[in-house]
This record gives sequence, structure tokens and C-alpha cells, in this order.
Amino acid sequence: MASASLLDISRSGDEVTAVGHGFWTSEHADVLEEAVASAARAHPRPSAARIDLADVERMDTFGALLLERLRRAWTQDGVEPRVVGLKRRYGVLLQEMSRTGHDPQPPARHREAMVERLGHNVVAIGRDSTALLNFVGATVAASLRMATRPRTFRFTSMVNQIDRVGLRAVPIIILITFLIGCILAQQGIFHFRRFGAEIYVVDMVGVLVLRELGVLIVSIMIAGRSGSAYTAELGSMRMREEVDALRVMGFDPVEILVIPRIYALIIALPLLTFIGSMSALIGGGLLAWLYGGIAPGVFMDRLKDAISIDHFLVGIIKAPFMAGVIGIVACMEGLRVGGSAESLGYHTTASVVKAIFLVIVMDGVFAMFFASIDM
Amino acid sequence: MANGETMEQGNEEAGVGEPLISVRDLVVGFGDRVILDHLSLDILRGEILGFVGTSGGGKSVLTRTILGLVPKRSGTVEVFGQDLDTLNEAQRSAVERRWGVLFQQGALFSSLTVKQNIQFPLRENLKLSQKLMDDIAYAKIEMVGLKCEAGEKLPSELSGGMIKRASLARALALDPEILFLDEPTSGLDPIGAGDFDELIRTLQQTLGLTVFMVTHDLDSLHTVCDRIAALADGKVIAQGPIETMMASTHPWLRAYFHGARARAVRSER
Repeated sequence: MASASLLDISRSGDEVTAVGHGFWTSEHADVLEEAVASAARAHPRPSAARIDLADVERMDTFGALLLERLRRAWTQDGVEPRVVGLKRRYGVLLQEMSRTGHDPQPPARHREAMVERLGHNVVAIGRDSTALLNFVGATVAASLRMATRPRTFRFTSMVNQIDRVGLRAVPIIILITFLIGCILAQQGIFHFRRFGAEIYVVDMVGVLVLRELGVLIVSIMIAGRSGSAYTAELGSMRMREEVDALRVMGFDPVEILVIPRIYALIIALPLLTFIGSMSALIGGGLLAWLYGGIAPGVFMDRLKDAISIDHFLVGIIKAPFMAGVIGIVACMEGLRVGGSAESLGYHTTASVVKAIFLVIVMDGVFAMFFASIDM
Repeated sequence: MANGETMEQGNEEAGVGEPLISVRDLVVGFGDRVILDHLSLDILRGEILGFVGTSGGGKSVLTRTILGLVPKRSGTVEVFGQDLDTLNEAQRSAVERRWGVLFQQGALFSSLTVKQNIQFPLRENLKLSQKLMDDIAYAKIEMVGLKCEAGEKLPSELSGGMIKRASLARALALDPEILFLDEPTSGLDPIGAGDFDELIRTLQQTLGLTVFMVTHDLDSLHTVCDRIAALADGKVIAQGPIETMMASTHPWLRAYFHGARARAVRSER
């Protein structure tokens, strides 16, 4: 139904007449914009101009803005066009439009160039490291304060957290580590079979799971599952000013919120690591039996020879340190959440990424340490 | 053009006073709790209708039901003379383009600047040049009383009053015929609230808008609303101009319009 032309231009003598038709509304704004531009281009510097809008049935902001654009184009050329036939109800709208658009539009938001972003990131890493050290300090200080007056320690809160991050994580930890054990054994048997050394799969699975994989997999799982939950809980408490409420009541949020959570993780993670390692060994043993034909009795005998208590200790000693890192990073990020929801999302992601990164770095450091003390 | 016929009925002069939205026998509930119980209400073309009621009494639920965000149990909602239940997707989105909504918290998209927020519905619905979209966005920004600099700001950098204005600009982006306002003046200081009332009145006259306003603000009810509808026990218990409300003998309305705060508002005038 769009009429053939929204704007007709005719010239009689020195006067240019623009006649509008139909619907000057948002749906036709693209066509109208083109028509207005070409009208202003085709007839620059008229000595007189008239815009006749009697035939315009409907006009909205879009139409009014484009009409204003045409009027301004000709006004700039030195001719004030007469606007005739405008329906009365659009008068206010046109007036409103003629008021707007005089202020300069601000320049588009500055986008960071790559080098600039690199610089910002480097500075941010520096700040993060200081913040992490600060937080470690605050946690240690709060722990020491609590050690002097043990009654202030929130035991109930910690038990509750152990239930949430420990007990309820058991099924998923068992499942994942079981599957990892299976995969490890399968890969080992598949490749060792070529030189008839299937039995060494038991050594590989035993050593790898107990020393490295058990604690790593469990730590990464817990960083994703419980670390993110810590950050999100503390973050939303900060958004709703609950943390500030604690502070004005004279409580230290670190003592009340952070310490029970971190200690809960430090207690839960070694237990989960133990469960996870056992589950991976069971998975490996089961697969070795079904796929590699190594009977359970043989597997057990070989395992006894292959591993010593040292292997087991190496894994378990690392677990509380991993827990500390995960807990501290998660709580720190939670308490850094600002007022907005996107900041909550940002810090939750950052918490998981940083925790996993630090867990792997720590694992490397431990590997060097244990190698140098021959463990 | 698909919505040619819908546009022809949009002649403001011809239809002042005809119902633009009519709600009939609407029942909405959650679980075993009935919030709206056979509620009927008309919103007339060209009016500013104030909607009052107790907190948690279902004011926002009615708005959200009309907008289709909350499912209803029974009853009909007709918008622009069309029953929303009978429309197919394309017809429905044509209706949705003709209304604008100002949510209580603004609901600006937090990752976009104010300008991009306003341009979002334009970009999705129309094919316009970037220059025209910029001009339109800045015209709307100025129309709602913001400075042009606000256009490049992110919602997190705005104050409460500016957020309300910016989201009003976004609600007006497509030149809607009806505007839903959910507690537009809540969280504003009295001066800001007064300015906002005035702004709504000006825009309503400039753009020929119909406004449905959920509010608690007695000042707004007195100054800008043409008509007021009061909700209690899931029904509209009274509607009419402010005088009707004041004269009502319903106990809740008497408490609302003759309470201490209401007297304070009246004595100012």
C-alpha cells in the first residue's frame, strides 16, 4: 500500500515545492530518508521553498525528524522553507523535533586498541596478585585471631559447608574419577599390548592416579563446582549489602563468611581426593580385567609391588594446599563483586579460571619439590 | 505492507475514548492462590490511566499478563481490537511493536550503551541507515530530557533517574501507541518524580500516546492521571477520575486517598 512516492519535488520559477504523501512513519523511514537526501541534493540553494504536508496521513517521530532534516538542509542554504498543510496534531511533535539535534553527538565510545588492552591486562595481573596476597594475609590474620579465642570459630557453619562441598560432591567425584581411571587403563593396555607389556598398565595407573591425577581432577572439579558456588554466594551477599550489614554490626566478614568456607574445603578436599583415587583405581582395575584380561588378583598383587606409601602421600599432602588456593581465590573474588549482576558473572568466571590455573601451577611446584626430596 | 491495515486504525483524532486495550474476566493465579479474580478493565485511547492497589496485590501481574509474560487461567485480553490468544506469531509481533514498556528497574541491556539500547528495537525491526538511527536515538534521548553525552554511557554509569529516562527512551524507540509504566517514579526523589510526571504528560501530548501507569505515587495520581483504576481482592473496585476516587466509600480507597500522606499531598495544593 506504500504510495508510489512519499515526497514529490517540483520547481516553478525560483520556488521549489516539496509535496509529501502517505505515511511518514518508521516503516517507510528508509525510503523517506533517501527521498529527503535527494531532494536536498537536487535543489541546493533555492530562492524560495515550500513544504506541503496536507497529503501526509500519518507522521511519527521518524517522519518528523526527516522533515526537520529537509527543513534544516534548506535553511542552511539560506532559505527558510514554509511548512504548510501540516495537521494540527503533529505541530507539537515537529516543534519538539526542531528543538532536538542541535547538541553535537558525542564521539563513539573509545574502544581499547590491542596494545592498550595488553597494558591494562598487565596492570590488572599486578593488582590481582597484590589483592591475592592481601587476602591471604587477612585470612591468616583472622585465623590467628580465632586461635586465641577458639569459641568464636563458627563450627556449625563449617560443618554445613563440609556437607555442601564435601558430602554432596561425592557422587560426581566418584563418577568422573572412575571414568578417568577406565580411560587411562584402556589407553595404556592398547599401546602397551604392542610390546607385550600390558601388565605395566597397573604401575602406570597406580602411580599416575595416586600422585597426580586423583588430586588434580578432584581439585579442578571442586574449583568448578564449589569455588564458583562460594564466589556466587558471597558475591550476591555483597550485591544485597549483606556484607556491609555484617560489618556495621561489628563483625568481620572474613571471620564469619570466609574462614568456615576455606576450612571446610581444606577438610573436604583430601577426603574427596582419597575417594576419587580409589574410584579411579577401581575403574582402572575393572577395565584391565574386562579389556586387558588382567584378573583382579593379579592387578592387586602388581599394584602392591608398584606403589608405595610415598605415592599415596604425595597426592594427599597436596590436597589441602589445593583446597586453600581454591577457597581463597573463590572467597576473594566473591568479596570483590560490585553492585551489578554482570560483575557477579565476571567474578565467578574469574574465580574458576584463576583457581584452576593456580592449582596447576601449584602442582608443578610440588612436582619439583617432591622430586628434589626423592619422594 | 503487512501492517497497513493496522496502521489505518491508528487515527488518533477519530478514536479518542475507544478502548485500546480491553481485559475481560481475567483470572490469574499461582498454585492455589488466585491473584486476579475475574478482573475487567478498559484502557481508553489517549488517556493516562493510573493503576493503584496494595503491594503484592497483583498490579504488576496484570501488566505482565497483558504483555503476555504471565500465563492466564481464563479470560480475554484484547489489544488494538485483536484478541491476543488468536493471533499467530507474526501478528503478535506486529502488536508488540506498537507498545512500549518501562520496567520498574529500567531493564536496560547492561552490555549496551544507552544509544545502542535505543537502537536495538530499531535495528531488529526496521532497515535504517546508521546515520538515521543515530539521529533518532539522540532525538529520543533529548526528548526524555537527557543530555546527548548520556548516549555513549553504559547503564551501570547512570543514576537511578537517568536509567528511568533512558529506558523510557528505549520504550519510545519505535513510536508505540501505548506505553506501560511500572512504578515510573519509585526510587526517584520528589523533584525527580515531579519532573518525570511532567515528562510523561508532555510526551503523551506530543506523541499522542496512551499510557497505562502502575503507581503508588499520590502526586502522580493527582497531577498526570486522567483516570484511575483501583485494584483490591483481585478485582477493579473503582475507576474514574481522582474526584471519584476521593468520593468513594470503599474502606481501602478511603484509607488510600484520605490517609495521612494523602492529606499532606492535598494540603500542598
